[in-house]
Amino acid sequence: MAAAPSTSPLAPLPPALADAVRDDASLRRFLHGLPGVDQVGVEQRAAGLATRSIKKAAKMWAIDTAISMVDLTTLEGADTAGKVRSLAAKARRPDPDRPDVPRVAAVCVYPDMVATAKAGLEGTGVHVASVATAFPSGRSIMPVKLADTRHAVEQGADEIDMVIDRGAFLSGDYGAVFDEIKQVKEACGDAHLKVILETGELATYDNVRRASWLALLAGGDFIKTSTGKVSPAATLPVTHVMLQAVRDWRDLTGELRGVKPAGGIRSTKDAIKYLVAVHEVAGPEWLTADLFRFGASTLLNDLLMQRRTQLDGHYSGPDYVTVD
Amino acid sequence: MSQLWEYAPAPESRDIANLKPSYKMFVDGKFVEGSGEPLKTINPGTEEVLAEVSTASPSDVDTAVKAARRAYDRVWGRMAGTERAKYIYRIARLIQERSRELAVLESLDNGKPIKESRDVDVPTAAAHFFYHAGWADKLPYAGYGPDPRPLGVAGQVIPWNFPLLMAAWKIAPALATGNTVVLKPAETTPLTALVLAEIIQQADLPPGVVNILPGAGDIGAALVEHADVDKIAFTGSTEVGKLIQRQLAGTGKKLTLELGGKAANIVFDDAPIDQAVEGIVNGIFFNQGHVCCAGSRLLLQESIAEEFLEKLRVRVSTLRVGDPLDKNTDVGAINSREQLTRIQELTAAGEAEGAERWTSSCPLPDKGFYFAPTVFSGVSQAMRIAREEIFGPVLSVLTFRTPDEAVAKANNTPYGLSAGIWTDKGSRILWAAQKMRAGVVWANTFNRFDPTAPFGGYQESGFGREGGRAGLEAYLDV
Repeated sequence: MAAAPSTSPLAPLPPALADAVRDDASLRRFLHGLPGVDQVGVEQRAAGLATRSIKKAAKMWAIDTAISMVDLTTLEGADTAGKVRSLAAKARRPDPDRPDVPRVAAVCVYPDMVATAKAGLEGTGVHVASVATAFPSGRSIMPVKLADTRHAVEQGADEIDMVIDRGAFLSGDYGAVFDEIKQVKEACGDAHLKVILETGELATYDNVRRASWLALLAGGDFIKTSTGKVSPAATLPVTHVMLQAVRDWRDLTGELRGVKPAGGIRSTKDAIKYLVAVHEVAGPEWLTADLFRFGASTLLNDLLMQRRTQLDGHYSGPDYVTVD
Repeated sequence: MSQLWEYAPAPESRDIANLKPSYKMFVDGKFVEGSGEPLKTINPGTEEVLAEVSTASPSDVDTAVKAARRAYDRVWGRMAGTERAKYIYRIARLIQERSRELAVLESLDNGKPIKESRDVDVPTAAAHFFYHAGWADKLPYAGYGPDPRPLGVAGQVIPWNFPLLMAAWKIAPALATGNTVVLKPAETTPLTALVLAEIIQQADLPPGVVNILPGAGDIGAALVEHADVDKIAFTGSTEVGKLIQRQLAGTGKKLTLELGGKAANIVFDDAPIDQAVEGIVNGIFFNQGHVCCAGSRLLLQESIAEEFLEKLRVRVSTLRVGDPLDKNTDVGAINSREQLTRIQELTAAGEAEGAERWTSSCPLPDKGFYFAPTVFSGVSQAMRIAREEIFGPVLSVLTFRTPDEAVAKANNTPYGLSAGIWTDKGSRILWAAQKMRAGVVWANTFNRFDPTAPFGGYQESGFGREGGRAGLEAYLDV
């Protein structure tokens, strides 16, 4: 077990939760005391809610809202400054023919591309998000992870997407994961912290619930499903469990924290299913880019095509939207 | 819910129902006018008349029973199981082919939301025919001897809550075992049974094997009393069930009854809370609570009662009540004015007896029969809302301190159709399921129906099983 969390939480926690993070043993008791998640039940609910039929004005609203929630992402070994610059251009004006299309929420890149993205987005209000902490595996030492984070922040990142040490989590070393998140949060300064749980590696919904609470307790502003490098990435039932966590956190503390499913959400149809889940599981107040994001690379173009279909009355095809 | 994101109406087109101005009864392979007074069936979601339906008179009952007897003696009773199976498979496939039509028609006539008729009623009805088709040539292996024989002519009377599905539950096992059928659908919901008759005609079943006679209770009574009927299967109220049992005493007719219920859903403090909330909601608000096995009593362990109730109310307030044909409707219309009045009367009694009433503030349509989802807390065993079947979207919440107390309260009812247990502890599920006097016990889920699983009750919930291997016994001479 790692040393007990050393510093006090950043924001004062209500008494029940302050006790939960007093030491390793308390943290474990708290996380294991959370109500279980029934796999059949949560999957059934997710599938049931996915049959909502969203049409006309409600669909148009959903498409524009979804566009404004996209973290336009490129996280490839082959990323270049040119690729990031064109992605920034796409973020600024997603559909060049239609200036009324909302801008996306952020562009998400590796730390070494933050400066390039920042320059391309100057004055637009579109955030730069950077992955950090030895993304995607998280397998490095703490000083490297912190240096990674600080570098991204210094380069101008508004948001940091960190990965947790899944090895530590799965071996029950919750204290280590808690400490790690807290230290990264401190290194973030004013930048917002999204904590990637990599739910595909946590395997059970009970683990997803525990990891969500762990990240919320340690000060994560957002909990995020996946790196996009592990299959399965985001799924609807996993997102349900995470939305329940932020809803329960609000009920307990009054604070609103965000959720970001990432990876595998490619179509407008899928995005709308997620928005319905946000609406009916967490609540309508989460329907804002401040509290819900999509981590995606190809979703934006489908949203743009469907938006055109709604307005023009016919489908135009992929050649009418820009590839990046 | 906030006004931030209003779902636009997404109604299924009512044209898909192929609604006709008038429907006739189905006797001896033909659609014929009945000699009873025609009835007008209405859409409970709007109160408009949907169609005129001809009804049977007692003499029509006699004609239908004679046709069924002829079909039994000459064709169906002696047909090889492999051949019967082909017909039943054909019915199943035709239900699938016409599933949209059946779903829309069911929602129009019954008031249930289209998402339920589309995703539950119609697919499950097809599943019952598929399942029983498989048994038709395997009856020697069902555990009822080397060559179990059919009974003859089965008279079947079904309720209005799952019109098509109940017809399937009744007809499929009867046909698979070699019986012929005279079925009376409920007075307020005859339409899908008559489309099923069209399907049976399309499937080219020999005339008289299935006869469908719309009508009121008197036609049901005439069918029950008919001397040439060998078996009666009834699903409906306990009151009528008792009458039937009295009438049949000493006649030698075989009887199965599936009657009322007042099921308890027990939530222990270690339950998966979010899924339990979901299951409780499904248990009582599915099909507007018009479900004989509905989880109408919620037994909450006191240590989590307050927190659970709060979550439950929040969840119930998101239920969308309204147009049954809207694909986003969660709770549709109450089936009839009569039933709505009964629900109103019992909820008023709940308030008068001192239970705390909470009703969802969801908007209700101006026309049609609607009742907003309601939860009574602080209910005690002595109150009417804890003892009587409300058959509507009304949940009564009681609390308990220990597992023994939970089981004692759950069993403290003259009914015994179903029960639910919510806990993460497997050993407690097995312990409680053994103690529960209920025909179906669900663990960490509720209202799941499958043709392979026998369904039926204890005590005043009736006797006999439907579905599964056990369900075959009801139609075999064993």
